[in-house]
Amino acid sequence: MMRVPPFKYVAPKTIAEAARALRDAGPEGMLLAGGTDLLPNMKRRQQTPKVVIGLSAVKDLRASLRGADGAVTLGAGLSLTDTARSPLVADAAYRALTTAASKVATPHIQAMGTLGGNLCLDTRCNYYDQNHEWRQAIDFCKKAPGPHGTAQREVTHGTCWVAPGSPRCWAVSSTDTAPALVALGAEVTLVSADGERRVPVLSLYKNDGMDYLAGKRRDEVLTAVHVPALVGWRSTYWKLRRRGSFDFPVLSVAAALRLGPGGVVEGARVTLGSVASCPLEVTTDALVGRPLTDEAIAAFADHAAKPARPLDNTDYHLSWRKRVVREYVVGALRELRGDPPGLLARSAARVLPVLA
Amino acid sequence: MSEIDVGLEVNGEQVRARCQPHDTLLALLRYRLGLTGTKEGCGEGECGACTVFMDGEAVDSCLVLAAQCEGRQVTTIEGLGRGWPDGLHPVQKAFMETGAVQCGFCIPGIIMSAADAITRRSDAAREEVRRLVAGNLCRCTGYTKIFDAIELARDRVARGEVRPEA
Repeated sequence: MMRVPPFKYVAPKTIAEAARALRDAGPEGMLLAGGTDLLPNMKRRQQTPKVVIGLSAVKDLRASLRGADGAVTLGAGLSLTDTARSPLVADAAYRALTTAASKVATPHIQAMGTLGGNLCLDTRCNYYDQNHEWRQAIDFCKKAPGPHGTAQREVTHGTCWVAPGSPRCWAVSSTDTAPALVALGAEVTLVSADGERRVPVLSLYKNDGMDYLAGKRRDEVLTAVHVPALVGWRSTYWKLRRRGSFDFPVLSVAAALRLGPGGVVEGARVTLGSVASCPLEVTTDALVGRPLTDEAIAAFADHAAKPARPLDNTDYHLSWRKRVVREYVVGALRELRGDPPGLLARSAARVLPVLA
Repeated sequence: MSEIDVGLEVNGEQVRARCQPHDTLLALLRYRLGLTGTKEGCGEGECGACTVFMDGEAVDSCLVLAAQCEGRQVTTIEGLGRGWPDGLHPVQKAFMETGAVQCGFCIPGIIMSAADAITRRSDAAREEVRRLVAGNLCRCTGYTKIFDAIELARDRVARGEVRPEA
């Protein structure tokens, strides 16, 4: 049976105490929010912090509010269940976020896992998400180069088994909520012992399986998520996974759209998840200022699928996953245009036979 | 690493327990408190055999540190029937009557999730019941009788046929 390796436990009560504890722990310290990602990783010895700073007693991390300008602030310590059912984000504009949160793993994991934790979720790979003995048998990998892999960004040795000649790690960004929040134009607050700053969600990430959170300093605590008031917007989140009930995404498409008079697109944001080591934002200039016709959607979907370069390190065949990107972009935009669900299902059925 | 002291409520009783900082809630329940009804299956949050209520919500106790439980309220399968006739929760009774149990290892976890589900959604149709217990795996049954039992309990509670004792 897998056991959690020993560590020193610190339980701050305030955000300031947490930030100080994280600074004092240095590179050996890690934050524990819901624990649904870090604890399995620790049991498999993928991550072995010597100091664990538990955030469950920090009440301020669960505070949420709507500001005078209509923008919504969600505490990073809010569970995914509470995120999905928060009245502050009940509007259709925020559906990408609430759908994404409600599609993370299982109801149990959603009740435990937090919004901030999901944004910081470790990247995933078939060669990394295995127990210690399995990884030992392949002489470990670049991301967790044993004997007690630490997945720290300083480590530069080890082989990437996905692309053995590659200088970088190709583990996949598998967070559901990040693509959704990027599509909603959200920002996060990062607090350290020296102060705090607010940055766009997208700027947290770098396309590198190990240094995927390059936009957050190691001594910073992600404390809150800010979603702007999105008057007139609609959004959605499409997730591809093998089991409809319970799996990490192997593709996500988050899309947000504002349609003006005559169905002309006034604003559009589309983000892909799980096809790189970070969420990928797609430029939408070609959509804006025109009606959302079938032709416009098709041309945009071709363009959107280009940056997606799935590798052979997660579920499904990679060339099929690449094809589905296009179909999912089409489906998401048609849904936002208001196409009836039956039509969407027929469109999805075009790619599904490949599953067999 | 030195042991820590954790105070929490388990099945209605205040408990103080010594444990290691790296002990899970599951280890605390099974090995420090002797509450072995809660099972350890996968240990990584997939199978749900270790499901307990924490502050009223079903969680995987294998992924909660005991240290995180200071001041929290935990209910295990041993305490689920408290306050119900014969000390059995309607879901437990329905599982017995329906024959929903084969080897039984997953059952304490499934019953906890099911009890949480029918409390939250007394009108849940089968698809919703399936979704609410998606975090519990059973390798024996095929789930049909498990869902039958959950629906039986749901209907009995909804119709007021079984109520908690005053």
